[in-house]
Amino acid sequence: MNAAHSPLTTSPGKDNSSQPDLIAEKALIMSGFGINSEMETQEVLLRAGMASDIVHINDLIDGRTKLGQYRLLVFPGGFSYGDDTGAGNAFANRVRNNLWKDVEDFIDGDNLVLGICNGFQIIANLGLVPAFDHHFSRDIALMPNRKGVLECRFVTLKPAAENLWTKGIERIYCPAAHGEGNFSCSPDTLRRLKEQEMIALTYCREDLSPANGEYPYNPNGSVEDIAGITSADGKVLGLMPHPERAMDFVNLYDWPLRKEQLKRNGMATPDESLNMQMFRNIVDYFR
Amino acid sequence: MASCVHRIEVRFSKDPRLKTRTDRIRSLGFPIDELHLVDVYTITTGMRDFSAVELDQIGSQLINPVVQEFSVDLPFLADFDYALEVGFLPGVTDNVGTTARQTIVDFFLGVEGVSVYTSQLFFINGGISPGLVQKLASTLANPLVNRVHSKTRKEYGTSGMGREVPLVRLHELPTAGEVDLILEDRELTRLGKEGIEDPVTHQRRGPLALDLDQLHAIRDYFITKGRNPKDIELESLAQTWSEHCKHTIFASAMDDDLPDGLYKTYIQAATNKIRKDKGEKDICLTVFTDNSGAIIFDDYYLVTHKVETHNSPSALDPFGGALTGIVGVNRDTIGFGLGAKPCINVYGYCVGDPGSDPALFRGRDRTNPILPPRRILDGVVHGVGVGGNCSGIPTSQGWVYFDNRYVGKPLVFAGTVGVMPRELSGRKLYEKQAEPGDLIVVAGGRVGKDGIHGATFSSEALDPGSPVTAVQIGDPVTQKKLSDVIVKEARDLGLYRSITDNGAGGISCSVAEMAKECNGARVSLDKVPLKYPGMAPWEIWISESQERMTLAVPPGKIDTFMELMGRREVEAVVIGEFSDSGRCVVEFHGDVVMDIELAFLHDGLPKKHLKTRLTKKTYPEPAVPCPQRLDATLVAMLQRKNICSKEFISVQYDHTVQGGHVLGPLQGKGRVQAMATLTKVVPGSKKGVGLSQGMFPSYSEIDPYLMAAAGIDTAIRGLIALGIPLDAIAILDNFCWCSSDDPERLGQLKRAAKGCYDIATAFGTPFISGKDSMYNDFSGYDADNNPVKVSVPPTLLISSIGIHEDVLRSVSIDAKIEGDLVYVIGATKEEMGGSEYFAYLGGVGNVVPALDPVIVKERYERLTEAILHELVASSCPVARGGLGVALGMVAIAGRLGMEISIPSGMRPDYFLFSESLGRFVVTISPENRQVFEQILGEDAMLLGTVTGNNLRISGMDLLIDERVSELENAYKAPFKEY
Repeated sequence: MNAAHSPLTTSPGKDNSSQPDLIAEKALIMSGFGINSEMETQEVLLRAGMASDIVHINDLIDGRTKLGQYRLLVFPGGFSYGDDTGAGNAFANRVRNNLWKDVEDFIDGDNLVLGICNGFQIIANLGLVPAFDHHFSRDIALMPNRKGVLECRFVTLKPAAENLWTKGIERIYCPAAHGEGNFSCSPDTLRRLKEQEMIALTYCREDLSPANGEYPYNPNGSVEDIAGITSADGKVLGLMPHPERAMDFVNLYDWPLRKEQLKRNGMATPDESLNMQMFRNIVDYFR
Repeated sequence: MASCVHRIEVRFSKDPRLKTRTDRIRSLGFPIDELHLVDVYTITTGMRDFSAVELDQIGSQLINPVVQEFSVDLPFLADFDYALEVGFLPGVTDNVGTTARQTIVDFFLGVEGVSVYTSQLFFINGGISPGLVQKLASTLANPLVNRVHSKTRKEYGTSGMGREVPLVRLHELPTAGEVDLILEDRELTRLGKEGIEDPVTHQRRGPLALDLDQLHAIRDYFITKGRNPKDIELESLAQTWSEHCKHTIFASAMDDDLPDGLYKTYIQAATNKIRKDKGEKDICLTVFTDNSGAIIFDDYYLVTHKVETHNSPSALDPFGGALTGIVGVNRDTIGFGLGAKPCINVYGYCVGDPGSDPALFRGRDRTNPILPPRRILDGVVHGVGVGGNCSGIPTSQGWVYFDNRYVGKPLVFAGTVGVMPRELSGRKLYEKQAEPGDLIVVAGGRVGKDGIHGATFSSEALDPGSPVTAVQIGDPVTQKKLSDVIVKEARDLGLYRSITDNGAGGISCSVAEMAKECNGARVSLDKVPLKYPGMAPWEIWISESQERMTLAVPPGKIDTFMELMGRREVEAVVIGEFSDSGRCVVEFHGDVVMDIELAFLHDGLPKKHLKTRLTKKTYPEPAVPCPQRLDATLVAMLQRKNICSKEFISVQYDHTVQGGHVLGPLQGKGRVQAMATLTKVVPGSKKGVGLSQGMFPSYSEIDPYLMAAAGIDTAIRGLIALGIPLDAIAILDNFCWCSSDDPERLGQLKRAAKGCYDIATAFGTPFISGKDSMYNDFSGYDADNNPVKVSVPPTLLISSIGIHEDVLRSVSIDAKIEGDLVYVIGATKEEMGGSEYFAYLGGVGNVVPALDPVIVKERYERLTEAILHELVASSCPVARGGLGVALGMVAIAGRLGMEISIPSGMRPDYFLFSESLGRFVVTISPENRQVFEQILGEDAMLLGTVTGNNLRISGMDLLIDERVSELENAYKAPFKEY
């Protein structure tokens, strides 16, 4: 019995059935215990050209599935363990208490790890980011939002460093939806993050000027508007907002206005959003 | 053993929650100086004690050391005046405790007998008297759910709060007792109303909600069997025959003209007629029979929809009631066919004015007060949010309606849309059939005393004796594990033949319901996993503990099924098997405690014949002349609580998860709450699911027929405005009535149901699912011990679901481009009765909006054509508050002004605020004018253009000239601080 779910995109119900050529390398998308964004994450990777398996963490613990068969490990969004004992903490404990050796081996290989939202909270608790000097300690925290409640809204992000993930990207415009995304760390950690150019994405205004902590552009109170960071070696990315939820043009909050503006100027409407570039960059890394 | 209890206290070095929490406490009237929060884990061990090192390891797993620290068995010492600790009562679901326990068990592989109980400590500095501290405690805690414990700084000393463990201790006889039904009618009536007397405590166990006729039928049945019923049998019949489960009022004959009752005559017949009339174009797959209704999405997928209410539990514990409401209706999706995937949640709340605090009590002498509307609103908003957010289901469309007739009993509507393939490997996934010999499996959460008497309780009015065990707290994580393994794995592996939800009545209802598929079942109750020992068989049988599904698993697949459940850490247990014996037999430790024929269980309910009466009420017409200028009126209308923005709800509900967001709850630069949403549910498909709702309780007392018409028209019109054609729309009904023993209330019900039939058949929009809740009344006392009854206004919620062919051609509500033309589509009449404008003027009136569905239907078809030809830049239904409010919303959403002129002939304020049905505000590019007007014909009235920064409306003279930014401020002001 194969525990990996077949992607919905193989369904005959699809209208745009043209798939890109898939690369040989595959992604493992972690699931279970309240992770919930695995299917849209699988879809976005498939569109970018990478096949994946959604694997329940227990199937990794049991050894039914081996992490070593994969090149990209994704911790998708969700509410693992209902955010109890701190968002991402309980799932991170489960990984650390059961799978740590496999994860360490994976990190040591030429592989990539992506954590989105709850996934970022998990990899932060595991110490996969920032992982200064290849040392996996908890150096950052994603605390409860400044407003104290979950906040779901579209945010604008801009890359703040050069890395494989954000190559060629000017902006990302996508939903943020979390209760604990308030990035916090010691002054020393912040200094190192800056020095080593590990701040991958920051919240900004629509014109790409810095949010400077101002709500709602910076939705949660994160220090220095930090929305995402990479590991010191650049091969792990964690970010709070959800580019995978805005793959289509019609997923964007302001698409009806944009469509009307394009139409009046005699221009066609695109099918997909610019956010897809982040996932194409992942695929390009393996090409 | 006290030595095996440990207390770990966790605190932030700089707590990010403090500002919001402090502000919130101050806003509730407690002028505190300073607040500190500490999260507490009380850990008990059974087998062996933990060492200091181990406790340290546990502590470090429960925190993030970057921002938090912990102490073990060492109270937090600081400068404070009062310490308040809020934990859970024994037996109440403690989700964080469960997770912490799992982490500990994971870390110390194989450790047994560990329990974790969480609580939160509030340290308060200054500003309040000891009396206020007690009041604050009752604000922070709900006595039905929480235990609260307070100490002054002196009492706290150096030993802190102490180590309290909320263990459940039960003293009941775990056996089934006999109940003597050979009683005087007076005693029988009391039995039905107050429940069975416990043989040990001599307390009544809570309402059976069986009336005398029903008890006679039960007595006669057992006389023919030559024995008395056991308590479990009586409880089981009470559950199955409850209004909640059997919908007796909708099923009973009514007056002389409705021998088949309301449901068959007006609801089911409407759907049957529509399906027959539509022939090949019928969109229905499953109607009324399953846990949700289902329509065709495309050639490969179907979508389901179901809307439930959870009113009584939400009155007692708003958070828990609403949370279990939403996760419960999620299970109606998972329990549809062989399991649909929940993909969208919707909500609706009817509550009292959150600015009011009525002094009403369930008991005499100011005991058992109702919760103030603000607390109910906060609680239900949070509960539905947590349910959707934690389950990864987007909560998009919804509404809140305020009326002080909801203070005693709020209405909480929660709905879920599901998606599933229509077929898989030749199996139709929307059909299910348990076979004799299939094993009965219960999977998910364990059974406790929570929610006992939920089904019978929600069929009775809320009064002093409402049972506290009706309160439940959901556990979304347990349900998510269950949902994932069912919908994403077991279903597609074909491991079971039937599945249903455990909702009202628990396994007593789910097993009895599934037993109908094969005609029999046998259950061993002692196999059911319990939260704590000592529960009586009747309690296990009817408990409504959450997060459980019942499945029929063929014996040949049971090993694979159980192995899969084990790997996903979902507890699943075989509790019996389905049969074709025609009986429902229940055993407990080898003794048969229940043996009732299914025919009697399901159809033995005595038929009722209800009589109705309807007296036309008249209300004085407000005698206020039309003001010269209406600027201030429009601002005041946009600030009405029933009209203004409740954005704080939309943003705390994740409406983007699953990646299908197209048109969300907020639209345009000005972020206006739209009446309808559009969501993609199958990745890669161009199609989308549109959802909207309509409800007009303010029309009910004037004309219940037109109230129903308005609800249906509004729910449908929300989808028409998106570009969904009428023939791709289905609807759902939720009747929330009051005092349903009163012939007048039944008279209103009958008229409303007739309205449903007439309008639905005229539009050709079938009902696919519905639910009713008939006794939404509060009976209690005011502060002076005067008896008070508060009944909700008859409330009918119509929910709509429709399939959009191509979401890229859908239309949002916001004005988009300067120079665009503004139209109102559909005629405006002087129909002010029950309108928000009359409510603003302090009146009610008598003329509610009428509807000619034949004219309107043609209008909708024309507008659909215009939208799908992409001639329309924005389209907004005209609803509560009328045209003036709709124009305001279109302008605010687009952050663009408009120059509007309205025709003469009607009072300008009535023209702007009449709630005439069937109307839209539409903006189009000027270049589309000719073809647009050709399609819409006389239905389109050109009002003006999109221009400037002000909304300017003129009749004979200038009526309104207001900056759109000011209108936006007004629209957003009332709930800005929520």
